[in-house]
Amino acid sequence: GAGKSRALMQIFSEEIMEGLITFGIPIRTTFDNSTTVQYAGLLQQLTMKARSTVRDIDPRNDLTFLRIRSKKHEIMVAPENEYLLIVIQKPCE
Amino acid sequence: MSKNLISSKSSLKSPKGSAKKQKGENKAKESSKGKRKQIDKKDEEVNLSMASIGHPEIFPLVFTTQTQEIFNCRVDEDVTEENRFKLIKKEDIIEDLKTRAAVSDFHPVKKVVLEYPGEELLVVFDAELQYGQNFYLVATEEAKENLLKLPETAEEEEKEDDENKEGTLEEYVYKPPVCKPWVSLGSEKEVEEESVKDSVSKIKYLISRVRRKFGAPITFTDKNASSVKDSYIECTSYQDKTFSIKLLEKDVGAQIVPKVRENSTQTKWTYPKNAATQYFPREFSDEEKEESLSSEKLKEFITSVFLRMEIALQQNEIMNVFFDDWKALAEDESSYGGKSDVYLKEYQSFTDLHYLKDRTISCVCWHPNIYGIIAESATERLSYEERVNLSGKLLLQKSVILFWSFSDPLHPLLMLECPEDIYCFQFSPSDPNIIAGGCINGQVVLWDISQYEEKLQNAKASAGGIKKTAVNLPSFIQAQQSGTEPPLARYCAVSSIEYSHKAIITDIQWLPDYFEVNRMGTTFENRAEICVQLVTCSPDCSILFWDIRGTKLPVQPLSDKVKEDKIIDVLPDFPATFKHLDLTWKPLIKINLCKSDTSVDYSPVRISLREQHYHYKTPDKVQSLNKREVLAKESPYMEISVPSGKILRALENISTNFFVGTEDGEIVYSDWKMERDSDSGRLISQKPSQTHAIHDGIVHTVQRSPFFKDIILSVGGWNFAIWKEGVTSGPILQSSCSAVRYTVGHWSLTRPGVFFIGREDGNIDIWDLLEKTHEPSQFQSISISMITCIRPWIASAKHHFLAVSDDSGVLHVLEISWTLSHPSSNEHASVLHYFEREVKYLEYYEQRQEFRAKERIEMELEAQRKKTTATAPQKSREQMEEQENMDYMEFLDIEKKILTDLGLVKGSEVFSSSDA
Repeated sequence: GAGKSRALMQIFSEEIMEGLITFGIPIRTTFDNSTTVQYAGLLQQLTMKARSTVRDIDPRNDLTFLRIRSKKHEIMVAPENEYLLIVIQKPCE
Repeated sequence: MSKNLISSKSSLKSPKGSAKKQKGENKAKESSKGKRKQIDKKDEEVNLSMASIGHPEIFPLVFTTQTQEIFNCRVDEDVTEENRFKLIKKEDIIEDLKTRAAVSDFHPVKKVVLEYPGEELLVVFDAELQYGQNFYLVATEEAKENLLKLPETAEEEEKEDDENKEGTLEEYVYKPPVCKPWVSLGSEKEVEEESVKDSVSKIKYLISRVRRKFGAPITFTDKNASSVKDSYIECTSYQDKTFSIKLLEKDVGAQIVPKVRENSTQTKWTYPKNAATQYFPREFSDEEKEESLSSEKLKEFITSVFLRMEIALQQNEIMNVFFDDWKALAEDESSYGGKSDVYLKEYQSFTDLHYLKDRTISCVCWHPNIYGIIAESATERLSYEERVNLSGKLLLQKSVILFWSFSDPLHPLLMLECPEDIYCFQFSPSDPNIIAGGCINGQVVLWDISQYEEKLQNAKASAGGIKKTAVNLPSFIQAQQSGTEPPLARYCAVSSIEYSHKAIITDIQWLPDYFEVNRMGTTFENRAEICVQLVTCSPDCSILFWDIRGTKLPVQPLSDKVKEDKIIDVLPDFPATFKHLDLTWKPLIKINLCKSDTSVDYSPVRISLREQHYHYKTPDKVQSLNKREVLAKESPYMEISVPSGKILRALENISTNFFVGTEDGEIVYSDWKMERDSDSGRLISQKPSQTHAIHDGIVHTVQRSPFFKDIILSVGGWNFAIWKEGVTSGPILQSSCSAVRYTVGHWSLTRPGVFFIGREDGNIDIWDLLEKTHEPSQFQSISISMITCIRPWIASAKHHFLAVSDDSGVLHVLEISWTLSHPSSNEHASVLHYFEREVKYLEYYEQRQEFRAKERIEMELEAQRKKTTATAPQKSREQMEEQENMDYMEFLDIEKKILTDLGLVKGSEVFSSSDA
């Protein structure tokens, strides 16, 4: 409980944005609702697709982490069961 | 038969009726003819007659011409085809025979002639050589008679027929057919051929039987045919290999019938339809969120996922994994272009003999928006004494600010009238039609060239220029352009003389449009979003802030207003933008720069504010359009009044500090916020916080770097210095004294580590901090007279210009080469790093200085102490030896003890001091 929340706080405190998602619906987020909802929907689908890709190649395999690097920032997604943890970070110089 | 001969000829003419008989005769004759042809020449001895052919009385003869003459049967004279017959007397022939004997033609038929019963013999001309010769003799009387008769009868018959023909037209007499005996014409042969005859004689069989056996009852029985041998013979079919026919051709008949079928189908017509869906995302309500957050599953999830995320974030922190090294490498390579690429290329130079004679250019400014327009202010090239001497006299030529365009290097585009010599001026950043200038007598002048704006814009496309034109200028503008005089624009407003500077205004700058200053010096937000305030400095030790907006004017009596109106009417071409300021303009703030210890004040020459409006990016046309809309109202400056401090929001992050370069070569750092003096309650300016005397002469340039807001370049005297705001110990870089005075300096607008220094000898030094810091990386000679002003400008992405003005009144525009204008990829970072290094070095230097100072002090103290303490007496030699022995003994004891402790030696083995 306390340990988990502390861990979350640690992530939250950096200069990044973060959201917690289940079933494509955001539970907790550090930025505004509309953006969160958009990210949630899109990334949920992408994660599903990525996972199915990995499992198609080898059924014993599973997706552990997804990183999308774009010009402006980096999106990191950690899926597990039905939850998703999404972190968006500005790339370091 | 002889009839036949003739009839065959005549039958062709005669009608069929009488010819039947003759035809029958003809047939026989024809068949006999055929045989006759085969006959060759007969023997003369033998019967010459045509007996072989059925005409024994015919004797063919050849009559020579002599014979013909004798018997008067010359061919074609006596005897013709028509008239064939010639009766010749027998006696004549016999006589001929006697006379000519063998030669006579009748010799072959001598016998016939002698035996001839009659008197005359008939000779017939055989034109057709029927019998082989041209004549033939008829031997018998009967034949003669026949022959002679026939033609007659034929002729008669012909005549009769003709008559008959003519007659039968009227009347046809039926003649029943007369039976005639059948004449064989050869058809019985064909009939014979066709008829069926028994080729084989028929076999007759006679079978007899006893009578009583007829009629007896008969019984039939069946018998198998195959049981009895040879009862039947069968002929089975077999494939005969020798006989096989391949059916190569087959006649097959085919008929093509067009098949017509009608069919129909019904399809669904799909057409595009606009359809819209409205959706909203699924969201949890707050309670659900709370619930999920506290669920166990979430906790497990977080714990399992947290580590991965942390690793990823750490990775990102450590280094940038996605950095493209290849690309970065390539860019670095290209930056080392080579020294030869660093140069300034002469692009154009502007000079005017009329207005710039004996004048020097004091200030140059590029037009912020319009490409290729540059303005310069020209002042008299006179020293101070000369000015004083001439001040009483009226100057023939008024001072002007000239506008030049790239398209026309010989004729200035526009002229601004100045009340006095303008030493510095600047375009308003928000509205380039407003120009503020500082006069030599301390006044501030404002111009409004809105009416000439179009002309300046069209100058690019002027007909006589270098660039191609697509604009058809109206004729009067063309006339003006080709005319001798450029248009003269009058100034709008001058500041009031009492409140202006007392000395020449050396620097004038517009405050950026995002803040404004009130009387206290505190910064507020600028609601108008246009540049409304100026700052000027002058060697009269003061810095003035001006506001171009109208202050609340007191109510004036009508008469004054009328007067004003009249004045306005007199000068129609006087833009009324700033008439509220004219001659009544007072500064907003007056700052006196006073030195802390003495009563002598600083005399600022150049000022550099931290917050500056930079023109240094390529003009954004959209922005300028917006600004122009804001200024569409007529004389907005008059309408906008200075708002009171309560309405506006104070801006905290605007720095109110500034750098000033003075006449004496000092750099002064101060704050413009006014303080309230506790004693008198008046507003007094703050004392400057730092001063540094670096330069040996007047400071011509104090300029902030366009890239680093806290780096300042100051040029003056014989050297230049680079300062960092905040570093109070001194400049972070100071150049050595050069041989020639430095007159101007300017940072490069595109490369962070490059700046240009103008010299007294007309050269320009190009300094590159990343390359060399002890000497310029390049220098170039521009003119022979002193450089008075350098202004770089980014006209377009490809054209970077440097405007250099010199003392002789010529304005050179140079093009900056590519390497000199384009920074390498990490130049900014490198230069920043360099400055930081320099700052650190400076700090280190200071530390060392302090340290050294301390050390020096200590050393001095030490030296002093040494002097004061008394020296100890010298010990005698014996005492020293004893001392040494005792020391040695002590040492041995110690050694023994240690070795025993270590267990290395036994007590007895060591040579101890007690044994010695």
